[in-house]
Amino acid sequence: MSSLTLHEAEPAAGTARRPARRRGTALVPTVTLLLGALYCLLPVAWVVIASTKSGSELFSTFTFWPGTGFTENVSDLGTYRDGVYWQWMGNSALYAGLGALLSACVSAVSGYALAIHRFRGRETLFNVLLAGVLMPPVILAVPQYLLLAKADLTDSYLSVLLPQILSPYGVYLARIYAAAAVPADVVEAGRMDGAGEWRIFTRVALPMMVPGLVTVFLFQFVAIWNNFLLPYIMLSDDEKFPITLGLYTLLEQGASTPALYTLVITGAFLAVFPLVALFLVIQRFWSLDLLSGAVKS
Amino acid sequence: MPYTKRRRLVSSAVAVTLGATAIAACGSSSDDGEARSGPVSLTYWTWTPGMDKVVDLWNKGPGKKEQITVTVKKQASGDTLVTKILTAHKAGKAPDLVQAEYQALPTLVSNDALADIGDTVGGAKSKFAEGVWQQTTLGTDAVYAVPQDIGPMMFYYREDLFKEYGLTVPATWDEFAETARKLKKAAPDKDLTTFSANDSGLFAGLAQQAGARWWTTSGDKWKVGINDAATKKVADFWGGLVEEGAVDNQPMYTPAWNKALNTGKQIAWVSAVWAPGTLTTAAPGTKGKWAMAPLPQWNEGESSTGSWGGSSTAVTTDSRNKEAAAKFAAWLNTDGEALNALAKEGGIYPASTSAQLSGAFTSPPEYFSNQPDFYKKAAGIAETTAPSAWGPNVNVAYTSFKDAFGAAAKNKSDFTAALDTMQEDTVADLEKQGFGVAE
Repeated sequence: MSSLTLHEAEPAAGTARRPARRRGTALVPTVTLLLGALYCLLPVAWVVIASTKSGSELFSTFTFWPGTGFTENVSDLGTYRDGVYWQWMGNSALYAGLGALLSACVSAVSGYALAIHRFRGRETLFNVLLAGVLMPPVILAVPQYLLLAKADLTDSYLSVLLPQILSPYGVYLARIYAAAAVPADVVEAGRMDGAGEWRIFTRVALPMMVPGLVTVFLFQFVAIWNNFLLPYIMLSDDEKFPITLGLYTLLEQGASTPALYTLVITGAFLAVFPLVALFLVIQRFWSLDLLSGAVKS
Repeated sequence: MPYTKRRRLVSSAVAVTLGATAIAACGSSSDDGEARSGPVSLTYWTWTPGMDKVVDLWNKGPGKKEQITVTVKKQASGDTLVTKILTAHKAGKAPDLVQAEYQALPTLVSNDALADIGDTVGGAKSKFAEGVWQQTTLGTDAVYAVPQDIGPMMFYYREDLFKEYGLTVPATWDEFAETARKLKKAAPDKDLTTFSANDSGLFAGLAQQAGARWWTTSGDKWKVGINDAATKKVADFWGGLVEEGAVDNQPMYTPAWNKALNTGKQIAWVSAVWAPGTLTTAAPGTKGKWAMAPLPQWNEGESSTGSWGGSSTAVTTDSRNKEAAAKFAAWLNTDGEALNALAKEGGIYPASTSAQLSGAFTSPPEYFSNQPDFYKKAAGIAETTAPSAWGPNVNVAYTSFKDAFGAAAKNKSDFTAALDTMQEDTVADLEKQGFGVAE
């Protein structure tokens, strides 16, 4: 996704040089891609089919043969502990939606500042951020917990939102994108016309950065939606759990109780829908890319 | 450009971050305020399903009288919960009450996370079997938890298929091996059972039955006896069966395993009292065809079993109302009404001996309706549970077991070597953690 966006943002000098290829020569790449797609989609197909099986069919019938229990599974899931599953779904939407939105805002401001403004320590700051990109967020979860515990914020919605607002990768991407999409001339022209820095940013630069920010938003949305360790450490009240954590509690119920496999599989299947919908809705913003830009070379 | 302002912001942000880390590094400062007057509210981390309904009984009954309200926060079970409790404890924010498996208690106690509640709950001792209660005292004068549920081990087998192949229920492990060989001869595509290395609790229970004591103390040092004679006997026995192909070597709890149980490819399972629940989902097609018997013994005429699973209710050192919390823990695990609700809502097998034959346990589990005296038999078996000896790094030994025995079972190689690896890993970790280890 990112590479796609970045390449599109670059001046289209490379493509012009390459002559149009004839069809038919691309057999090897096509087969490779098809194999890759199969590799990625097979587990998804498994989840889809397994979610239609009832408890007794799950392990006894052929793996890729649909069962008869889908509606029952969904209604079981809905009634489990008074519908706590939908609460988890809502929590995940809140964490991921609000978190990704705030993260995109922070990335936009910092990325723009790092790309356009020159100030002392800019490169140092940027290098620190780059180091942050290399740091897996998992490592930070425990220190973040101890920090938030000092502020008495653990086991709250904020404890999951706050640490995920700053995404080093998002800032990095926004900087690269702003450097490519917002020409210095445009910013200069804005200043000549007497616009303040904030006005230039919000009215001129921000619209140019939208496709890049959409990428940041999507990345962060998926990252938060799938995040497990941070909410696991932060939260103890299962009404605040996101879906990842909720499904985990369905699996690990102690030795005396069997894992609720059918509920977990159906729950995982339903949890994919918001992500798919989001991608379908938002991908149109990416095509704006080619139309945007005020300075044509 | 406002770069000076920005720089100041950055440097102060860094300073705040570092400062906060430094404070956090200073460790926890827990207030030890004891039993205050007035209403008290407690939080309880547990994974037992339906625990909120059981706690409601307390909040509306005895809790209301004593002004002690308990709130359940449902958690996922397992080793990860221990880590979560310890992380919360580091910040001084552990809940008042936690559910903990017996083998996790030494880890929690050695991190100073559990409070001694002997003064409040000591009177409950007589309600539990000695071997069970001993696990909550860790051999000291203190009491760190109240036993909740236990998992005495038993032998489960397909009654119909045993009859079909002319097999008898093995009373000793030698007979067990003979039964496995006899079945292999009669039906080469079937297995009596499998040796699975993906749940260390099973092996630990089998070793416990044989009389192994994996962790003991001598003076102020830990002594690790994972490769002691008793455990070696167990490892050799199963290693031999796997090597000659008398039993399968595939792990449990996989779809393939479920299928093997459901289709009668595997016709027995060494498990614990909670097996009916697992079998209900794993082998729904064979309901009513299974039966339960005591675990085979090492010597004829003996009667002893190990335990696999089981947990307790403990009070943390972070709790500001330890006495109130201990009162609740005692009620939850000894009161008849509470235990009945626990069995009904949570499906647990109670540690309290008086509850093992009352209420929900007067009739057999639905899956075993063909064995009316299921729970009567189970209570008898539970009484014969051998003492266990847990140490502060059970999780390390368990992980090492999964790796070493997983590989040994797959390659059908030497189980004794795997056992030595497990011993070495465990000792090395204890030393690394700074415990004194006796040779």
